[in-house]
Amino acid sequence: MPKLLKRALLLLVVAAMLAASLCACTGGTRPSTGPSAPAQSGELPTQPGAPDGENSVTVGIAQDLDTLDPHKAVNAGTSEVLFNLFEGLVKASPDGGVIPAVASDWDVSPDGLTYTFTLREGVTFHNGDPVTVEDVLYSLRRCNGGENDGVPIVSSFILDSATGESLIRSIEAGEGNQVVVTLAEPRLEFPYFLTAAHIIPADSGDTIGSDPIGTGPFSFVSFTPQESLVVKKYDGYWGDPAHLDEVTFRIYTGASAVNSMVMALQAGSLDLVIHLPNTYADQVGDGAVLQSTMKLVQALYINNAVKPFDDVRVRQAMYYAIDVPEIIDMVCDGAGVPTGTSMYPAQQRYFLPELAEVYTQDLEKARQLLADAGYPDGFDMTITVPSNYAQHVDTGVVIADQLKAVGINAEVVPVEWETWVSAVYRGRDFQTTVSGISASDMTAREMLVRYASDHSKNFINFSDAEYDEVTAKAQTTLDESEQMELYKRAEQILNEQAASLWLQDLCELVVLSPELDPDSFTFYCTYVLDMSSVRFK
Amino acid sequence: MKRKNWYLTVGAALTAVMAAWTILGFFWTPYDPSARSAADKYALPSLAHPFGCDYMGRDIFSRALEGAGTTLTIAAAVLVIGFVFGLLIGALCGYYGGAADAVVMRLCDAVSAFPSILLALVAIALLGRGKYNIIAALGVLFVPSFARLVRGEFLKQRDRDYVKSAKLMGVSDLRIIFVHILPNTWPVLLSGLTIGFNNAVLAEASMSYLGVGVSPTEPSLGYMLSESQAYLLKAPWFTAFPALVIILLILGVGLVGEGVRGQLGVEP
Repeated sequence: MPKLLKRALLLLVVAAMLAASLCACTGGTRPSTGPSAPAQSGELPTQPGAPDGENSVTVGIAQDLDTLDPHKAVNAGTSEVLFNLFEGLVKASPDGGVIPAVASDWDVSPDGLTYTFTLREGVTFHNGDPVTVEDVLYSLRRCNGGENDGVPIVSSFILDSATGESLIRSIEAGEGNQVVVTLAEPRLEFPYFLTAAHIIPADSGDTIGSDPIGTGPFSFVSFTPQESLVVKKYDGYWGDPAHLDEVTFRIYTGASAVNSMVMALQAGSLDLVIHLPNTYADQVGDGAVLQSTMKLVQALYINNAVKPFDDVRVRQAMYYAIDVPEIIDMVCDGAGVPTGTSMYPAQQRYFLPELAEVYTQDLEKARQLLADAGYPDGFDMTITVPSNYAQHVDTGVVIADQLKAVGINAEVVPVEWETWVSAVYRGRDFQTTVSGISASDMTAREMLVRYASDHSKNFINFSDAEYDEVTAKAQTTLDESEQMELYKRAEQILNEQAASLWLQDLCELVVLSPELDPDSFTFYCTYVLDMSSVRFK
Repeated sequence: MKRKNWYLTVGAALTAVMAAWTILGFFWTPYDPSARSAADKYALPSLAHPFGCDYMGRDIFSRALEGAGTTLTIAAAVLVIGFVFGLLIGALCGYYGGAADAVVMRLCDAVSAFPSILLALVAIALLGRGKYNIIAALGVLFVPSFARLVRGEFLKQRDRDYVKSAKLMGVSDLRIIFVHILPNTWPVLLSGLTIGFNNAVLAEASMSYLGVGVSPTEPSLGYMLSESQAYLLKAPWFTAFPALVIILLILGVGLVGEGVRGQLGVEP
């Protein structure tokens, strides 16, 4: 009886923890952080979080909100939640496009430089005031650096990442309820950029962080850092009203955050959890489990500027030496989606699944390429991994083992997340690293233009003349199909050049309590948690 | 009347078994500890895999064998560093006393005032990771407790008659410290050593559990526990067996320490 055995072993674990903590106590001088540590996840909120009204849910999020100011939010987890409170002139639609929100429609001049937005009638802020042209001008100017010495605070508004020069020439009132935005260079994707430029009341810049007033389907009730954010349905919403009356986002932080959320799900004190690693699939109780992808590209990112990785043959050899399907099988039970380039599959319009087939494991070819590059016996290298992401660490371990077959001796070096950001991502002081890179809006640009040679986010120091040309052209072209082709060409170059060993988009789970209607959860192809569609069965 | 010393017998037997098992791991494991197998993912304990398999289909028995070796090596090295330096500092401070003693002991108090794991984390952040840095960091942190223990014993002994007569006979200070006094402190030092050993094993396990220990490619018992926590409900054997090995290791040595105290009539 495997089930009985399982229980017996579980009992043994509990007994072991108890014994270990007791043993540690007799030691005296040291606090026990050893094997008894998992027991700390017992510090759960014992009473269900939300005041149990008829129609309210509690959502678990594994990250504290860095701010309530929608323009200044840096963490994807913050923008995801604030989506329920704020809207831009346009907002993200589930299929990866943009739909009108505070603006009802817009026109683009033939040269692609002037956008004229018409404001929607009857849109009101949560305080009841109607949205005016003044509010929109203020919000857009603030995003464009109006209160920040002219350096845009919405990153996609930045034209030149070195000087902080803005893409936007002017933001003016047009006729009646119109707003006219003039650009320095044409940008087909400009409406996408505007999803991050949320509309807030005029001159509320100083108070928006503590009193977030927007136009979204939910309005702010309270926020306690490290604990929870509570929002309630906004009755004056212009669009389809939310189904739920109140939503509590309960914040879980620290190393045991995921374990705590799983236990809270089992205990019924959480109704909805997103971004759950899929290894927890059969531990979440009897709720509905929906499978999704993380919308990022996990890769062995290679510093193209350091030896021996400056030789394309070395990078290709490494790509041939590893076995991506095995990695996917080992680190996420086979549920990840191989990518082959810097594009994740949820971006259906741009994703090229055939690129994942290019480098299938071929040790002979790998050895040949290494020999051609002058490393017939392989070499020593390091794989830096952020220690807080178990899946990245595991991936590093598997890759290191796979590379042994061609004589490459890789050492896995875990570092704290903060160190990873400052030394690897910003400092570019690394050989290779396993991590996941995601996009802050739904444009292909976010995933591709960053690897142009002089881009400030090009942390892998990739440098290719054709790539620079293709991405520069893709950004300014006015022909949508040409842009599509150019971006796809860029994806192919990243694959041909093995700029990094592109692995997969990891699998993750959304878990809903049995009382919620699983069909009501809306998936987006970017970081959005839309609570307005969620409802009880 | 002398009662049979069960602590010592059981402890010594258990320690011998665990030591033999760990040493075996240096030479032989049934499988390659890092060999993955998709077919054996989450395999239940069976004859082929006595401890079952983990989420990568790696044999937990082999990993626990090798992991115990890693953990024990680090613990032993930490203990040697802590003990040798602790002994020197404690003996000199205890024997000579005076201002230097006061300063050194206050320094030791200052070090012990911080939780040692916290200090070890700081040290690792400054030195970088790796087996040897962990040994160095933990080793230094173990010095104060031994120093205090040894100093206390030396304070007790230095005014005894045998020391005074040795001094009158013109025996050198160093000889008095290491040849005359030291052997008389062994009973206390031995039980201190066993406690220290257990602390060192747990410290290594904690560091690896917190993800700042040995490299992830090198199995250690603490790192196995850290890996297993996501699978606690799915594959409890993954947590159970490494934890069991840690428990048996420190239980055996702990019982030996208890037995030694009883045998030599030392107040615990």
